Amino acid sequence: MTDHKNHQIPTAKPSSIKTRFAIKFLRAMNKLNNKNKNNKNTMSEKHKRFLAIRAAAHASMASAVGPRRAWSRAVLRKIPNQQKQLHYSLMNKQRTRRRNIRRNRILLITRGNPNRENYDHEENEDEDEEEEDLRELVPGGKEMDFCRLLNETAHYIKCLRTQVQVMTNILHHSSPSNILYK
Amino acid sequence: MSNNRREIVSRITEDEINDLLLKLQQFLPDSTSRCTKRVSASKILKETNNYLKKLHKEVDDLSERLSQLLASGTITNIDEDAIRTLLNQ
Repeated sequence: MTDHKNHQIPTAKPSSIKTRFAIKFLRAMNKLNNKNKNNKNTMSEKHKRFLAIRAAAHASMASAVGPRRAWSRAVLRKIPNQQKQLHYSLMNKQRTRRRNIRRNRILLITRGNPNRENYDHEENEDEDEEEEDLRELVPGGKEMDFCRLLNETAHYIKCLRTQVQVMTNILHHSSPSNILYK
Repeated sequence: MSNNRREIVSRITEDEINDLLLKLQQFLPDSTSRCTKRVSASKILKETNNYLKKLHKEVDDLSERLSQLLASGTITNIDEDAIRTLLNQ
């Protein structure tokens, strides 16, 4: 009963996440820009640059969210030099692990339950397949139970949208017609 | 007796899952048309997956274009004022 509030869709403040993301991402871009002064334009250099920018985008977003979300922790774990962030996640790990054990026990009971009134019985297989795909798409999705997966997915979608919005803004402001000088 | 309790427990979790799925549906585009109709879980999951793939692809595309922009040398340095105007959009 008290577990209900843990299942609610999170009320993240998108404006501050947006700000933090924008600043981190722009700093990362500036860094990349300064590193690449020699301007080699081979295919592999282009591809490396693209990969670096994309990685910076995802890393900046995860960093802006911080360790309070499972998906952002999963992203941060993969980045070297993120020891500061990991410290917080270690503190949270114990709490979430206890909660997950409780949830998994309940879910094991539901899984075997044929009384799923809201779903077609024939579609259970499709559902499992889609659930597997979802676990691949959301960072850290493979380790979560289903309820948490849905919760994390909602937040992840919100953040991805913000990411796209900010990156689009940067692109439009930086296009040759509207150059940023310093 | 224990059978009853198990049913009650599973019913609560089913409700939670339904609730979460409905909330997730609201995050997806074109969700207004589906407010009244009851959609199956697999359909919601499928649309979620498609939407996620679409968002990932958009990030990739934007990264590619930003990469080209950096390469062409049009951006030299981005300052605080520019960031502020950006964020006020």
